Amino acid sequence: MNNLLILPIVIPLLTGMVLILLRDKVKLQRFLSFLALFLTGVSSIILLNQIEENGIQTLQLGGWEAPYGIGLVGDHFAVLLILTASIVGLCCLHFSFNSIGEALENHFFYPLFLFLMTGVNGSFLTGDLFNLYVFFEVLLIASYVLVSLGGKKVQLREAMKYVVINVVSSSFFLVAIAYLYSVTGTLNLAHLSIRVAESGQDGFLTVIALLFLMVFATKAALFIFYWLPGAYSAPPTAISALFAALLTKVGIYAIFRMFSLVFYHEPQITHVVIGILASVTILLGGLGAIGFWDVKKILTYNVIIGSGFILAGFAAFSQDALTGSIFYLIHDMIIKALIFLIGGSIIFLTGTKNLRDMSGLIRTHPQLGWMFFAATLSISGIPPFSGFIGKVFVTKGLFEADFYWLGIIGLFSSLLILYSMLKIFMNAFWGETILSEEEEKGTDKGLIFPIFLLTALTIALGLFAEGVVPFIQHAAEGLLNPDLYIDAVFNGTWVP
Amino acid sequence: METLIAILIGLLVSIGTYLILSKEMLRLILGLSLITHAVNLLILTSGGLKTGSPPLLSEEGTRFSDSIPQALILTAIVINFAVTAFLLVLSYRTYKLYGTDDLEQLRGNANE
Repeated sequence: MNNLLILPIVIPLLTGMVLILLRDKVKLQRFLSFLALFLTGVSSIILLNQIEENGIQTLQLGGWEAPYGIGLVGDHFAVLLILTASIVGLCCLHFSFNSIGEALENHFFYPLFLFLMTGVNGSFLTGDLFNLYVFFEVLLIASYVLVSLGGKKVQLREAMKYVVINVVSSSFFLVAIAYLYSVTGTLNLAHLSIRVAESGQDGFLTVIALLFLMVFATKAALFIFYWLPGAYSAPPTAISALFAALLTKVGIYAIFRMFSLVFYHEPQITHVVIGILASVTILLGGLGAIGFWDVKKILTYNVIIGSGFILAGFAAFSQDALTGSIFYLIHDMIIKALIFLIGGSIIFLTGTKNLRDMSGLIRTHPQLGWMFFAATLSISGIPPFSGFIGKVFVTKGLFEADFYWLGIIGLFSSLLILYSMLKIFMNAFWGETILSEEEEKGTDKGLIFPIFLLTALTIALGLFAEGVVPFIQHAAEGLLNPDLYIDAVFNGTWVP
Repeated sequence: METLIAILIGLLVSIGTYLILSKEMLRLILGLSLITHAVNLLILTSGGLKTGSPPLLSEEGTRFSDSIPQALILTAIVINFAVTAFLLVLSYRTYKLYGTDDLEQLRGNANE
């Protein structure tokens, strides 16, 4: 029992509710939402320390023992992701202070931002399958409103598609939950793990597992990704950066959790399917990234490649591959926020999304240009940046598990990413300066700080990987040994 | 009884799918809500229909109905209610801005 576990959910939720009442006080809203995310980050650091010392922490809400009540479970994997989400959230929030505009700030932008964080943190922490559905809905409903907030034409249209796709996939989520409940008679993740292991994962359960895979693949943009480029490029920069960094990652987290804790008995079916989907995702995302001339489209297709690469590592399901996947997942959250924020600043400055209409920004904005170059190197996996370590571990794991084809596709994806990012760099930053500082459509004043912070983070994560990798190795061990999770939840008591 | 409900669920899902495939926005939303209703029925059936007395401690009755699916449905209905309300408002705003409720005409072009 550890009451700290509820903090990452309760702090943003309560602050968000209070902020609804403070609608007109924009300064106070900014301060309180920043404080809330900061405290969430601090609480996750404390939690991480406790988990490192005493093992997995649990909290059975209302004192109802597992499997009867709904429990929260904090292991290395979940808490590391919460910490990263808080840092990325803080950066996007700071970026929004100077870019989002008074109109949205008065229309519940900050409460929605915090509700989104509530849903994300809740999904990471929950130990109950139906509760996972509820937290998914919390973050989805917040994201529906955030996509359409502002009510521009393109936003409404993309929101419509985004909502319809997600309502359908949520229905399938419920169908899968109902099937699983009628077979096993429980919804607690640890209990599910025991029941599935007892009965053996037969054909029926494997079909249910694939149904879950389809649902989470829709959320994680794994193969079913055609809704993503539109929905992520429609809203303002701070929002699309937050989406790119966090939303697909929650789907990826759910795939990791379900297929390492519950459905891990038939990897030759489920994990191979994940591998195939991941390879197709990488290739199609790569084609999209090199094909477009629209900055935001290129960046959104990079999100899709990232999802594919992380899940490619998961398909191998070994210590090295999982360590790489989790490292790359954390790196990806940081780097996607970073490139979206820089891309948004470019659009802010030039007033256009089309790469053909911009040129030579590096003369007027050297910091922005070099930080984008650093991000390019990091995202395509060049040392000493953080992308390199993740890619090394994933590729090593894939080759050791005899997934040669997947490893080669993963390496090939680096080239596609590098090409697409250099295309932005060369077209936007190199060349003749056609835009003098007076002619710029917007200003990047106040926008540089969060970008600088994220760049520093990706460099630090690469240079001081020695200090971070042990935590991530523990997270991977936790995923490979479901017994650790089960023992922590049931705490040695009798399991019905 | 379970068989009858299963047929009913199938019917609802097929009607919902048909409506989703049409071009009008309102029909799309009605189709979605039919499908979510079908899913709610499915959850109800997953616990087994009418297997014992109500799940309250009492003198008579030794077997009790499973109460968890009902709790799940309640949550699912509330969430779907909220999402459907949001969708209706969204479609109304979209209709106002674009002047059409035909999804074909909402495609947009590459350079916006």
